[in-house]
Amino acid sequence: MNPLRYLVFFHPARLARSLRMALKSLLLHKLRSGLTMLGIVFGVFSVIAMLAIGEGASTQAQQQVLQLGATNILCVSVKPPEETSDPSQGRQWVVRYGLKEADLKLLDVIPSVVRAIPIREIGTEARYGGRTLNARLVGCTPDYFEVNHLSRATGRFLTDSDGEKFAMRAVIAHDVARELFRHEDPLGKTITVNQQFFRIIGVTRFRTASAAIGSSLSGQDYNKDIYIPLETLQTRIIPGGVDVQRKSGSFSAEEVQLNQITLQVTDPQVVLQTAETVRESIERNHPGMKDVHVVVPMELLKQAEQLRGIFNVVLGSIAFISLIVGGIGIMNIMLATVTERTREIGVRRALGAKQSDIIEQFLTETMVLSGTGGLIGVVLGLLTPQAFQAVRGLANRWILEGSAAGGELGRMFTQMEPTVPYWSLPLAFGFSVAIGVIFGLYPARAAARLDPIEALRHE
Amino acid sequence: MKLAANVRDIHKYYDLGSVVVKALRGVSIEFPKGDFVAIMGSSGSGKSTLLNLLGALDRPTYGQYILGGYDVSQLTDDHLSDIRNRLIGFIFQSYNLIAQYTVLENIEVPLHYRPGHKPISSRDTNRCIDLAQQVGLADRLDHRPYQLSGGQQQRVAIARALVNDPEIILADEPTGNLDSKTEVEIMDILRGLNRQGRTIIMVTHETSVARVAHRQVYMKDGLMAGEGLFPG
Ligand SMILES: Nc1ncnc2c1ncn2[C@@H]1O[C@H](COP(=O)(O)OP(=O)(O)OP(=O)(O)O)[C@@H](O)[C@H]1O
Ligand SMILES: [Mg+2]
Repeated sequence: MNPLRYLVFFHPARLARSLRMALKSLLLHKLRSGLTMLGIVFGVFSVIAMLAIGEGASTQAQQQVLQLGATNILCVSVKPPEETSDPSQGRQWVVRYGLKEADLKLLDVIPSVVRAIPIREIGTEARYGGRTLNARLVGCTPDYFEVNHLSRATGRFLTDSDGEKFAMRAVIAHDVARELFRHEDPLGKTITVNQQFFRIIGVTRFRTASAAIGSSLSGQDYNKDIYIPLETLQTRIIPGGVDVQRKSGSFSAEEVQLNQITLQVTDPQVVLQTAETVRESIERNHPGMKDVHVVVPMELLKQAEQLRGIFNVVLGSIAFISLIVGGIGIMNIMLATVTERTREIGVRRALGAKQSDIIEQFLTETMVLSGTGGLIGVVLGLLTPQAFQAVRGLANRWILEGSAAGGELGRMFTQMEPTVPYWSLPLAFGFSVAIGVIFGLYPARAAARLDPIEALRHE
Repeated sequence: MKLAANVRDIHKYYDLGSVVVKALRGVSIEFPKGDFVAIMGSSGSGKSTLLNLLGALDRPTYGQYILGGYDVSQLTDDHLSDIRNRLIGFIFQSYNLIAQYTVLENIEVPLHYRPGHKPISSRDTNRCIDLAQQVGLADRLDHRPYQLSGGQQQRVAIARALVNDPEIILADEPTGNLDSKTEVEIMDILRGLNRQGRTIIMVTHETSVARVAHRQVYMKDGLMAGEGLFPG
């Protein structure tokens, strides 16, 4: 048959009549029709949900990267693996590694680098009144505030003159203020850190923690930070950069001049190029030492985009398969329906129905099933974020709590917000209708090709 | 005398591979307009086969069948559908109503398949209601087949057969599933239709039913065997 003749099905009056006829037939077996539809509902829902999760995961990754700054290059001191430490030093009490002041000077002169921001941080205990808190003591320059997207709650951040004067001044983060001061106003008060007294000059607002990125960069909870001038930290707290720690009775010490140097680059175009120069420069000064990692958010952004592609393909095809399974369910039921309604088909043929009329009838029925299922699936798909919240609540309570799953995947799971990409709605719905056509055509043709006389004789 | 239908030396063979079943072996019969014929004969003699050919549900192996000026034996499947829709009204032994439709919707079914798929107008619907009234079901328009007795279902089928104002009405044992009282009621309706000028061709085993028709023809082994109520 010429496929073009099916175009007459789309005459509005005829379409309305076909739909009414199809609904009557489908409503005759409500449970069966409902169950058949369910296959498509779940298929469409899972397509949308999977794409939403993929999208959520990738925006999460992108946001992380953007928080680090697209024009930044991060040089991070890492304790080198045992075998690469300098053998001539032997096993020493003080482990010496990482970025040096010299590195800072060299990196700062790279032409595309706008500024280089050094940090030295140590774990410490802060005390005020009778209360103590394990905090992170961060020695930094005034630029730190802007580069890490901090914002002020009260007071001010550190200034250049604080550094020049080796001032004993500190800016504390949200949690530190809350834990140590409760309802008191911290401004002007003095806290004790490493037996030294610091006057609070400012408090920063709550900032969402940044997640770890691969193995290069661990997550950071900015809310337990105490910021002091880098110069103060280097001279008064850990002279020479040696940080002595007592762990289960034995002492260990690390000599690290700087923990991190954040480089800001003129514009995004030259980030990757500059990163190469930075890597070369560091390799020259730390030959074979592997004690500095260079993390480039821009590179991570590219990886995140690749990740999204893979995510969408893998999850999308799993969901698509479930949609196909739904289609097979429809086909199965329609074949049974055709057998069951053989007599009806014979009667319609006797009353003047052409083969194309029978095809139209059964095709409309499958399309109503798959289309309605598709619509319900789209509505459910829109609820993916809420559904995800609920599942996450359960999972947090029963599975992830205190288990090993709290790693990278767990963090991704707990922090991700699925977002339904709007293009996925027509896509999934279109697929469901297409599946109705594809899987409905065979049963419909089987019905149309029945011999009228034999169909009429069918018991 | 104008002919409603005319069958000339018609053959119908079923090729079953190993054997060929000759269901009709050369049947000729004329049906004038306004005729009321009962086809009788023993089981397997070819009555239903002949009626199916008359109803354009099938094409003869050989022979000619003229209905309303068309040579039906030559038409395509789609044309046969149009012929059935416009020229023929079927009444079946087991009523064959569509279960999910109401009485009114069942009567409307042939209208869906009119050539060109004309939409059903309110005039069409009124005509269906009139027909329901004629067969005594005006108060049952919204009932479903399962809510009706056998006799009532057959009345719906009769109304449905009339809706496209056919040239001939074909009935294969229309009272076969009914008790004798209902049988009389249905035959009264058919007799009334014939009085209005409708051509009716009916297959039956019952002499009481056949007696209502104007003439009775007998079939035997795929051939016409004679005419009259009690053939010799
Ligand atoms: N589709 C078919 N394939 C093979 N043989 C068939 C077919 N249809 C009918 N026949 C044969 O044709 C012959 C005539 O059958 P038909 O149904 O016309 O008989 P009938 O006179 O209507 O009998 P009954 O009174 O029992 O209804 C029978 O021998 C039957 O077996
Ligand atoms: Mg028969």
